Amino acid sequence: MSIYLLRRAADRASTAALYGCMALSAAVLGLILAFLAYRGVGAISWEFISDHPRAGMTEGGIVTPIAGTVQLILVSMAFAFPVGVTTAVYFNEYSRGGALTKALRLAVRSLASVPSVVLGLFGLAFFCVFLRFGASLLSAGLTLGCLALPTLITASETALQNVPREFRDASYALGGTRWQTIYKVVLPSAFPGIITGGILCVGRVAGETAPIMFTGAVFFAPGFARSIFDSVMALPYHIYVLATAGTRIDKTEPLQYGTILVLLALVLGISMVGIVARARLRKRL
Amino acid sequence: MERAGEIVITTGGPRGARRGARKWGEIVPKGVVTSVALSGIWLMAFIIFFLIKEGAPILKETSLTEIALGQLWYPVSNPPSYGMLPLIAGSAAVTLLSSIMAIPFGVVLALFISDVCPERAREFCKVSLEILGFLPSVVLGFIGMAVIAPHMQMKLELLSGLNMLNASFLLGILILPTIATLSEDSLYAVPQAMRDASYALGGTRCETMFKVVLKCASRGIAQAAILGVMRSVGETMVVLMAAGGAAIIPLAMSDPVRPLTSTIAAEMGETPVGSPHYHALFFMGCLLLFITIALNILVLRIESGGGEK
Repeated sequence: MSIYLLRRAADRASTAALYGCMALSAAVLGLILAFLAYRGVGAISWEFISDHPRAGMTEGGIVTPIAGTVQLILVSMAFAFPVGVTTAVYFNEYSRGGALTKALRLAVRSLASVPSVVLGLFGLAFFCVFLRFGASLLSAGLTLGCLALPTLITASETALQNVPREFRDASYALGGTRWQTIYKVVLPSAFPGIITGGILCVGRVAGETAPIMFTGAVFFAPGFARSIFDSVMALPYHIYVLATAGTRIDKTEPLQYGTILVLLALVLGISMVGIVARARLRKRL
Repeated sequence: MERAGEIVITTGGPRGARRGARKWGEIVPKGVVTSVALSGIWLMAFIIFFLIKEGAPILKETSLTEIALGQLWYPVSNPPSYGMLPLIAGSAAVTLLSSIMAIPFGVVLALFISDVCPERAREFCKVSLEILGFLPSVVLGFIGMAVIAPHMQMKLELLSGLNMLNASFLLGILILPTIATLSEDSLYAVPQAMRDASYALGGTRCETMFKVVLKCASRGIAQAAILGVMRSVGETMVVLMAAGGAAIIPLAMSDPVRPLTSTIAAEMGETPVGSPHYHALFFMGCLLLFITIALNILVLRIESGGGEK
């Protein structure tokens, strides 16, 4: 009898403990977000969003890093999106599971596990030095693209796999060739899923710092990057610079929290769009 | 399905004239898709090649034993000293401590979501974990610097709040979503029949979870844990901002450390391309790359090891 009570008590206790753990992690997340919002919201103003940094970055706004981050996202996606989708098409439509496919799978898996700072080193050695792109928007964007590639491949592959087999069969039955089927039937049906994966990927790329630190992001740029060979300011790197390299850290504190809030809004905003879109897609399936 | 496409081509009949064009219309896309897809292999090969190409020349300056066992990391003094032992120890210590904190907690969270959580709250829990995973690491590093460090310094009366404990704690938060999400996937995949069998034998939910479900999913959980460790080894911004950055072998949790990743990030900016210091930093990149590749192979081994679930 007492053993039974003991076991029941252990069961209740474990349930309570598990609830406690989840509550704790949700609370930590909420606390972090609330704290950053509370400290940052005072710094947000139209001027802060629309002005260039001034006076050794102790005054002014952050429009230059915002634009830089957007440019970096565009360059990285211009590289990673087509390559990622094409690779997924290869995996899902053309591959017959031979040695080549195995090698490619292994390569994509390994690529996904390369630490971001090591990708930064690769970007420096390959894009900046070997291809002579220099520290530029192009180098940094391509490096970020390498980071995004494995995630994009996986997401696109899932989207392609979710296209019902009947769609393909119907196309073949109407006399469509394989490429016609892929191009006119499979890709359009998988498109929403692919875009959703892309959005989630953008959210991740926007917050990355380590890969761009020595490939193209700079402490300070006087204005927007006008060509892909200019160096850029980026929001995550700007936060790092403001927090560690400023001579007057106390004076830049509102700027730091303001910049963090803008980055968080950008990253979490994009990610939420992706998460909501994904939830809708799942419902439809 | 594959056959169907070819039949169309061979039954061209009266439209035989278009057969050639159609054939090209198939061969060209296939060639393009295959060659673009192969860029993944090229990319990975390039990464390994360039890291080794830029990292290997440091061995001309100093010996492997000096790098592996040397205790002094003074790359710019005269004569320079390239001992990486404190940096490697720093990486190992931070990774170990963060894994000890995050792996059990992550698995417990996964158990909660898969077995305890009411159905309505499941989605909320998963999304909040996902959002936690989306927090940029530079933001967590900033919290470590600006919020945790001053508190820790005052409360624990330390010389500096930027230390191993601070960085490991934040790293733990950073890898928690990876571990919890992946573990949850494998826990959720455990067949309901396993749970039912345990309940039928009179097991409580606690016993079912810890003695049955957890064991069934152990393979997936091991993978999740390794992937978490992998992220922890390679994470840069948090350790760069919150770990203190002193190249010493840590003896206590309150010691500042300088892991490999933060050394690369902190020093690469000021290093001339092609100098011995530059090569030394690439050598560290090689170390990190090989550690992650080894862990990756371990994950693949676990995945393919035995078909049983």
